[in-house]
Amino acid sequence: MAEPTTVSSTSPALDVKTPEQPAGINKLAGPATWVDDRLPLASMFKYKNKANFYVKKVFPDHWSFLLGEIALYSFIILLLTGIFLTIWFKPSMAEIEYEGSYQLMRGLPMSEAFASTLALSFDIRGGLLVRQIHHWAAMLFVASATIHMLRVFFTGAFRKPRELNWLIGVGMFSMSLIEGFAGYSLPDDLLSGTGLRFVDGLIRSIPLIGTWAEFFIFGGEFPGDLVIARLYMVHILLVPALLLGLVVAHLALVIYHKHTHYPGPGRTDRNVVGYPFFPIYVAKAGGFFFIVFGVSILMGATMSINPVWKFGPYNPAQVTAGSQPDWYMGWVEGAIRIMPNWEWHLAGTTWSWNVVLPGMGLMGLLFGVLGAYPFIEAWITGDKNEHHVLDRPRNVPNRTGLGVAGMTMYSMFWLAGGNDILATQFKLSLNQVTEFMRIAVFVAPVIAFLITKRICLSLQRADAERVLHGSESGVIERAPDGSYSEAHVPITNDEAFTLTQHEQYPALQAGPSLDANGVRNKGKGVSALRARASRWYFGQEITKPTAAEIEQAKHHADEDESTKALGH
Amino acid sequence: MSVETSKDVERFPIPNPGLEEHVERFTDVDKAAGDRAYHQIVMMLASVPVLAIAFVVVYFAVPKETYLSVFADRYNAQNLLLGLTGGLAVLLIGVAVIHWARTLMSDEEMVEDRHFAASPDADREEIAADLAWGIEQTGIARRGMIGKALAGALGVLALPALVPLADLGPWPTAELRKETIEKTIWAPGMRLVNDVTYQPLKASDLEVGQLVNAQPEKLHDLHGTAFQVEKSKSSIIIVRMDPNTIKIPESRKDWHVGGILCYSKICTHVGCPISLWEQQTHHLLCPCHQSTFDLGNSGLVVFGPAARALPQLAITTDAEGYLIAKGPFTVPVGPSYFERDSSLDFKEGDQ
Ligand code: HEM
Ligand code: FES
Repeated sequence: MAEPTTVSSTSPALDVKTPEQPAGINKLAGPATWVDDRLPLASMFKYKNKANFYVKKVFPDHWSFLLGEIALYSFIILLLTGIFLTIWFKPSMAEIEYEGSYQLMRGLPMSEAFASTLALSFDIRGGLLVRQIHHWAAMLFVASATIHMLRVFFTGAFRKPRELNWLIGVGMFSMSLIEGFAGYSLPDDLLSGTGLRFVDGLIRSIPLIGTWAEFFIFGGEFPGDLVIARLYMVHILLVPALLLGLVVAHLALVIYHKHTHYPGPGRTDRNVVGYPFFPIYVAKAGGFFFIVFGVSILMGATMSINPVWKFGPYNPAQVTAGSQPDWYMGWVEGAIRIMPNWEWHLAGTTWSWNVVLPGMGLMGLLFGVLGAYPFIEAWITGDKNEHHVLDRPRNVPNRTGLGVAGMTMYSMFWLAGGNDILATQFKLSLNQVTEFMRIAVFVAPVIAFLITKRICLSLQRADAERVLHGSESGVIERAPDGSYSEAHVPITNDEAFTLTQHEQYPALQAGPSLDANGVRNKGKGVSALRARASRWYFGQEITKPTAAEIEQAKHHADEDESTKALGH
Repeated sequence: MSVETSKDVERFPIPNPGLEEHVERFTDVDKAAGDRAYHQIVMMLASVPVLAIAFVVVYFAVPKETYLSVFADRYNAQNLLLGLTGGLAVLLIGVAVIHWARTLMSDEEMVEDRHFAASPDADREEIAADLAWGIEQTGIARRGMIGKALAGALGVLALPALVPLADLGPWPTAELRKETIEKTIWAPGMRLVNDVTYQPLKASDLEVGQLVNAQPEKLHDLHGTAFQVEKSKSSIIIVRMDPNTIKIPESRKDWHVGGILCYSKICTHVGCPISLWEQQTHHLLCPCHQSTFDLGNSGLVVFGPAARALPQLAITTDAEGYLIAKGPFTVPVGPSYFERDSSLDFKEGDQ
């Protein structure tokens, strides 16, 4: 850049000044000043900048918001304990003779992977504890992530602008199943080998490419000598790295969008009500991490999990009765069990629908439907607004019904995964249980949907009733004419607001781009199918009381009071 | 911030009353309660070092093979004590800090405005203009081939990136399949040996109704991977049934030795080793997904998700009276695969 030709006499450059420390920074301790001199964190994170993240950022508080936190913390615990395990675990299928300290297996041939798992369990102090913490934390991770996802679903937290974060969540959910399966396979014990055999069959059943995929993944025929080393790479590098990236993106989006909050006095779509990140959340969330970690350690201390020495090394000719995958794969197992044995034969080929549909097909369906749901719902409702106040599930009866139906279907598949246990427990024949389950996976969700929807609608009715007539006081009054009635006490204004805060939309009308409905379907034609879906979605909704109705009801109540007063 | 409009009145019949009133906690108003909470927190944190030292002591002092009985359960003492001390130490830190946050830190709710997720229009326009400027600078509008060539070059890179994955495993061509999944070590004259002891079996070793798990004699010579791969395919079960109570088709009338029949142990569903034998019905049930095969009727599927009959191995006896295979399996064992039409396997009604 060009030099200025003249120097103004008022230029500050002419003033002689000793450099001055900015006053604020002096308040920070030495190391913080050192850092801030090089990296202006203070300017980046101060509230007045309205940056996305600052120390006083407000987060709302609710127990259901802890579910995602549990998932996050158990993931961190998995990283920490997993690193410890990698120090001794040997991902090798090479055969060795066991020489370790578990007497019952000395001299047996087994893979190095299994021998090193025995070493972790018996020779390395604390190794068994860490193995068990790792496995319990894995259970906790999948369970809390699943329930967290249900919370997000039922409260509508996936709506605009959070669809992307929902997709990230679905991605993490699917990856956690892969991660869990890969981990379960590593010790190369009888159960993990049986699980691998199952996956081998599953992969082989894929039409066209099945045999190729099998040979590529296992490096030849099952079991080969490569798959554990490959799954190890998947388990400790590939999937954790992807998960970590997605976790960071997930949290960044939570910070950027700000957390949703439940309806309540003072809460709107334009604000967020809660407590400051520092110090309240640092303390609460930080403390909660230690609680989750502490509980996982106590579980690892007192509850045995995956005692591989009881199962023995993998033996392709052996299977323990009642060998079951970890619970989160149970629904796939169930689907595989109750599937009719359909196979197609075409031009010299075999299409194993009996395996590929319930295995690959069902998993694809679950993740596909989960991923598509926010967009399907938005298409039905035509809703393009941003939402930051959560739905109370009762106020969206169809979504809640669909969610419960999905859960019911999942549970039915899951139960089918224990059809042998059900049969022995209830003294039924296995065939009966299986036939029943084949029907139940389709019928039970429909019933669940209808019941849930009814319940939601009556809860809505009860809410409207409460807003108009107050809550039942439990006091029965006798009127001068001899009739009895229960006195109602008006609810608080705060509660009345909470109960009427949800939005109710008209259904979309079919038609060309001309809007019959105001702004909402402007500029876009609505197809007959979409209008039908929308009418179904919004139909039957209990309209919430209007201001006029509430006013009138109040008036009535006052009149009642005064007539009563006159009567006495 | 939020000004009520007539639209809002329609949407929210009850006007927003604003935040609920803040209610002071016991620890806010009562100094003694506050002090109590304070002491509890300090006590919890003070026990952490004690537990941490106990952890170290357990690590060095408790021998690995000591076991403790608590109620009916047997615990490894070291695992239990390490976990209890370590777990409690970690847990106490969490409980103490949360107790602090809940009782002594301020609990007054704060309100913060939200912004729309979308960038303001002005920002979008500015970015669009900057990008347009940048594109203009590249000259790509006039020299369009660069863009196309670059896209093509990047796209074609997928080829060298993916092709090396072709060596992930050997290619299951028809020849390789013949040598791998379509083949076991069973061969004419190979003895059937007990699965555990590797003792050869005689017809007289089996009583009617009995099932024995067996292997080909040669399996014993294999080790490591080759052993596991072979065992996953050639494991068999031998059953003895009363020949008068079972159906033996014409084509298989020489496959058995006086009612002793031999089948693959590998389920045709997804490959579990089958193990549950019902003597009365001659049914064999797979413990994995309960496919049920009728061993009294050429191994046909009578129930469950498996679609193919269990392959049967033709057997006879050698000069010394030991059971031997007459030949290899006539069809591949284990789960079906795409490249072979399995409808030609044994079916109900075949003779
Ligand atoms: C979401 C994340 C994870 C899940 C769901 C998960 C799950 C599992 C499971 C179920 C096992 C079998 C444990 C057993 O022996 O009972 C396992 C083993 C193992 N995991 Fe993980 N894990 C996760 C992350 C990690 C990470 C990040 C690492 C390493 C940095 C790791 C390292 C290991 C190792 C070395 C083993 C084998 C040790 C053994 O079996 O004794 N894991 N994992
Ligand atoms: S593997 Fe035998 S029934 Fe599935």
